[in-house]
Amino acid sequence: MFSELFQFPPGKEGFFGQFGGAFIPEILHETLAELRTSFEAAYRDPAFWDEYVQLMSTYSCRPTPITFCENLTRLQGGARIYIKREDLNHTGAHKANNVMGQGLLVKRMGKGRVIAETGAGQHGVATATMAAKLGLQCTIYMGAEDVERQRPNVFWMEQLGATVVSVEDGTRTLKDAINAALRDWAESMADTHYVLGTVCGPHPFPLMVTWFQSLIGKEARAQMLELTGALPKRVYACVGGGSNASGIFAGFLDDKDVELVGVEAGGLGLQSGSHAARIAGGQGSVGVAQGYKTFFMQDAEGQMRDTHSISAGLDYIGIGPILAWLHEQKRVRFEAATDAEVISAFKTTVRSEGLIPALESAHAIARALQESATLSPRDGILINLSGRGDKDIFTIAAALGDERWYDFLRNKVNDHDRKSKK
Amino acid sequence: MSLSDYIASKKKSRGLLLMTHTVVGYPSLDANWQMLEGMQAAGVDLVELQMPFSEPIADGPAFNRANQAALANGVHWDDYFALMTRAAKAFSFRLLFMGYYNNVFRLGHETFCRRLAEAGGHGFIIADLPPDQCAELNECARKYKLDPIHMMTPLNEPKRLKEIARDAAGFIYCVARKGVTGRATAMDAGLKDYIARCRAATKLPLGMGFGIRTPDDVRQLKGLVDLAIVGTACLDVWERDGRDGYLKFLQSLMDATR
Repeated sequence: MFSELFQFPPGKEGFFGQFGGAFIPEILHETLAELRTSFEAAYRDPAFWDEYVQLMSTYSCRPTPITFCENLTRLQGGARIYIKREDLNHTGAHKANNVMGQGLLVKRMGKGRVIAETGAGQHGVATATMAAKLGLQCTIYMGAEDVERQRPNVFWMEQLGATVVSVEDGTRTLKDAINAALRDWAESMADTHYVLGTVCGPHPFPLMVTWFQSLIGKEARAQMLELTGALPKRVYACVGGGSNASGIFAGFLDDKDVELVGVEAGGLGLQSGSHAARIAGGQGSVGVAQGYKTFFMQDAEGQMRDTHSISAGLDYIGIGPILAWLHEQKRVRFEAATDAEVISAFKTTVRSEGLIPALESAHAIARALQESATLSPRDGILINLSGRGDKDIFTIAAALGDERWYDFLRNKVNDHDRKSKK
Repeated sequence: MSLSDYIASKKKSRGLLLMTHTVVGYPSLDANWQMLEGMQAAGVDLVELQMPFSEPIADGPAFNRANQAALANGVHWDDYFALMTRAAKAFSFRLLFMGYYNNVFRLGHETFCRRLAEAGGHGFIIADLPPDQCAELNECARKYKLDPIHMMTPLNEPKRLKEIARDAAGFIYCVARKGVTGRATAMDAGLKDYIARCRAATKLPLGMGFGIRTPDDVRQLKGLVDLAIVGTACLDVWERDGRDGYLKFLQSLMDATR
């Protein structure tokens, strides 16, 4: 099934069933054609993949380990719980895989500048890191609201030499940052590559990003066999655009007995209207925007709706077209976890295992913990811990109502004000 | 009369035609009507009515803002077609749909074409529907005698220009330069070569837009293309100089076509 993704019937290039494609202004046609050609050459060249794996092993702690969660397993009393540790990547999330892969491709294409969109800032930081390492100019588009919410990531992007552009359009969030990046690219494509951060956008991005992220699944499959002597019964991953899920699922697509579970942002609840559960909530519908066809959160006339999640990384209108297709094929089951369930799972994981998951990843954990008790201790389940939660300290401290954290912030500000007055 | 015949017949008396543009619902439906009256008074030949979309990726800052504000004003398909119906009855210019594919896709190809034809539209320009994805919609368009307007760009290889021309009708929208709508375009030798490549790929009339901002720009297109397309510049003038300035500006653009 995984290798099938790379084969298209005539006239259906870039489509996965009815999903995907490249719905873009004509000015970008030749640019995407150039990218397709470079990607296909890299895909066929084993030396490229070797170079990628080698780079990730020396720059980003790969292969990332799998941790057996003995305490969580005991607590839940069902399936044995294993966690794939993408939080140990450089910059703290699986985003590093995709950006370094695309970075190698940029060098092959001979371009000197990269642009990227970012929501919470993880993909922006990862792209800025790649640009610094590979000696590329870098501009990051970020919704103005996210710039306000995620100052630490903006700080690091700027330290890494990137220009951060605050996008004031639309809902001032991730989708508007993508639009702004596409507009930049429509002008700058001669020397610029758009490092799209997830498995969305026009072909070949969904396939290419899935390919780079499939490193997670390839490692995980071999590690589970080595560690447990068997494949997991289920694999859980959170799904915003869907890059970490696509990556870990890719390793198990051909193993029909392994159930794949994607967990979307249930926000304030599926009935609240404030969530980003496009498939699990049954409230997304098929549409075409931002260059591709998939399930979007939109109104009857096709205008996109506001989405909500406690985790910025899952707060997005669309879902990767390959995942939409795998849903239609009944190969991936979609569920949702609410903000409240996520905070609870986060606390349990921190206390029981000493792991600090990103709020995105905590969605996958929340659902897995709910289901694991119903499984047999003979079964193993695997959760993709796509990123670490240190970045979420402001959000989590607020969600937990930690007054001492606010005292600390006030003191920092007062301290700064006192010093600057002197 | 098909759009290409309409353009040919108008060209007998004037070397260059003019197409202008307005985003439906921005700044208001009343303002749209005043703009359309101005276009009629100036003698504009074709008008694009843009259906606002929440993710207008081909539009620059001015139209992007206009799309958002129009949606915030609560513009829906019914308002869109009502304005077009009224305009088609009141004015002599030809009306075209302009917008993004998702609104069309959600409405359904058949319903879109039927309602557009009923409202008095003559064709459509869809900024993000590439020629390799338009077969089904274009077949529907033919049934309702609507012309699908396709876009060519200076970056297209000759092979691609042929593909774009294959299923196009009415005229070809030649995008003058890279980037999004709104910013100025340099009129240079490269532009002439590009137009020659377009002419080699199609027998349809050529319109040129993106960055055509002044009467001078329009004048320079005379003898090169059949239709000058001015969008953002008109909106900028409306916002800066109000209705009177807008009418004067339209007149100056029309004068430049003569």
